[in-house]
Amino acid sequence: MNDRPSASELLAAVERFLEETAVPGLDGPARFHARVAANVVRIVARELATEDLHLAREWDGLAALLGDDAEPPAARAGLREAIAARNEELVRRIRAGSADTGPWRTALLEHLARVVADKLDVAQPPRLAQEGTS
Amino acid sequence: MTPDEMRERLASFVAGEERLPASAVRAEGLRRLAGGASREIWSVDLAIERAPGRVETLALILRKDPPGRVGDGGDRGTEFRVLRAAARGGVAVPRVYWACDDASVLGSPFFLMERVEGETLPRRLLREERYAAARQALPGELGTQLARIHALDLEQPDLAGLARPPAGRSPARVEVERVALGLRELVVEPHPVLDLAERWLLERAPDPPSAGAPGSPPRVTLVHGDYRVGNVVVGEAGLRAILDWELVHVGDPLEDLGWLCTRAWRFGAPLPAGGVGTREQVVAAYERASGTRVDFEALRFWEAFGSFKLALVFVMQSRVYLDGRVRSVELASLGRRTVEAEDELLRFLRGAA
Repeated sequence: MNDRPSASELLAAVERFLEETAVPGLDGPARFHARVAANVVRIVARELATEDLHLAREWDGLAALLGDDAEPPAARAGLREAIAARNEELVRRIRAGSADTGPWRTALLEHLARVVADKLDVAQPPRLAQEGTS
Repeated sequence: MTPDEMRERLASFVAGEERLPASAVRAEGLRRLAGGASREIWSVDLAIERAPGRVETLALILRKDPPGRVGDGGDRGTEFRVLRAAARGGVAVPRVYWACDDASVLGSPFFLMERVEGETLPRRLLREERYAAARQALPGELGTQLARIHALDLEQPDLAGLARPPAGRSPARVEVERVALGLRELVVEPHPVLDLAERWLLERAPDPPSAGAPGSPPRVTLVHGDYRVGNVVVGEAGLRAILDWELVHVGDPLEDLGWLCTRAWRFGAPLPAGGVGTREQVVAAYERASGTRVDFEALRFWEAFGSFKLALVFVMQSRVYLDGRVRSVELASLGRRTVEAEDELLRFLRGAA
């Protein structure tokens, strides 16, 4: 176990530095990139706080859709890999036409809506702040 | 090349084009405005002494390919010719002056056009009080201007060189297949939503081209390719000029209307057409100016396609970072915007959009 400050406390310090010192002290593209960096730090902080819950939820949804109640891998990295493999299986079934109609499609859309809502909670796109893309 | 060398070469190029002595043209205030891997944009002022004591000054934008880039569509020569054709067709565009295909002058082909003053940043256009009147005018202006773009004669010499969609194929299907192929090549993780969206779009792709509701003749027209708030210059009274023509192509005209209404280009504002109007407002102006009818089902297809294409844009940009080509924090962050496109596509898939 690492010492305090914790990972999220350290990220909060970096975010504060970027917002309170770097952004006001810079201009032009560097100022814009400092803003983006602060936003990236916030994304990482939210991911740290929610990933266990979100991965467990996605795993359960996939298990129900695929009818496979194997135990989830205990380590986070293994769980991520296993979820990716199950998503590949979803993609195979979608491309084979299994999700074109019927109750499985309805269940699939509900599952994907939950997963996307979780991902959005982490990414939290800033409103009216998209001028950086061209 | 140093900025001084660039100014000198630019001045002597313009002097040559105008058949004036090199000393008659001065280039001042040269500065790089924006642009990344696919283009360079510079601001420059030219002072041209056409006769002793008679000096004409021009506020200009220089658009230039990055050095060494081989034209993979959207080269500056094409853009120059399209802008010239658009101006002749009554489209609000910056006036173009000179184009240079000779890479030895500035390192790559470039052209010079009028610098239209005004606001392009959506955040300011959609929020600030002084653009309230412009926001009222924009839906109608965007519809009318788009009708003029789509009315341009594709057989005129400036446009005849543009590639046409494959004969007998629906441009909509061609576009969906192109984006789907790009996604399959580039996504790092599986995205079931995007695969579902691909099938949804292929099933609904208008065929033949969809400018007309049933009964009107199908149309293939010039398509701007990036027609949206953010790519137009706006003054306090309304639209001044349409910019960013590098994705121009020939296709289904409703592609432009759908892109204008794509969720991301509302920048968080509630109104569906670019955050400034309703679909009905823009379509009414478009129909009046074009004399065609817009099929709202087809428009819905193209609006959903806009988010599908944006998913590819976000994936492509984050791959540039992941592959180590450009280590920019902005590119790195864009992969996490893919979910915005997925969210919007799900709304279409679930019948809520």
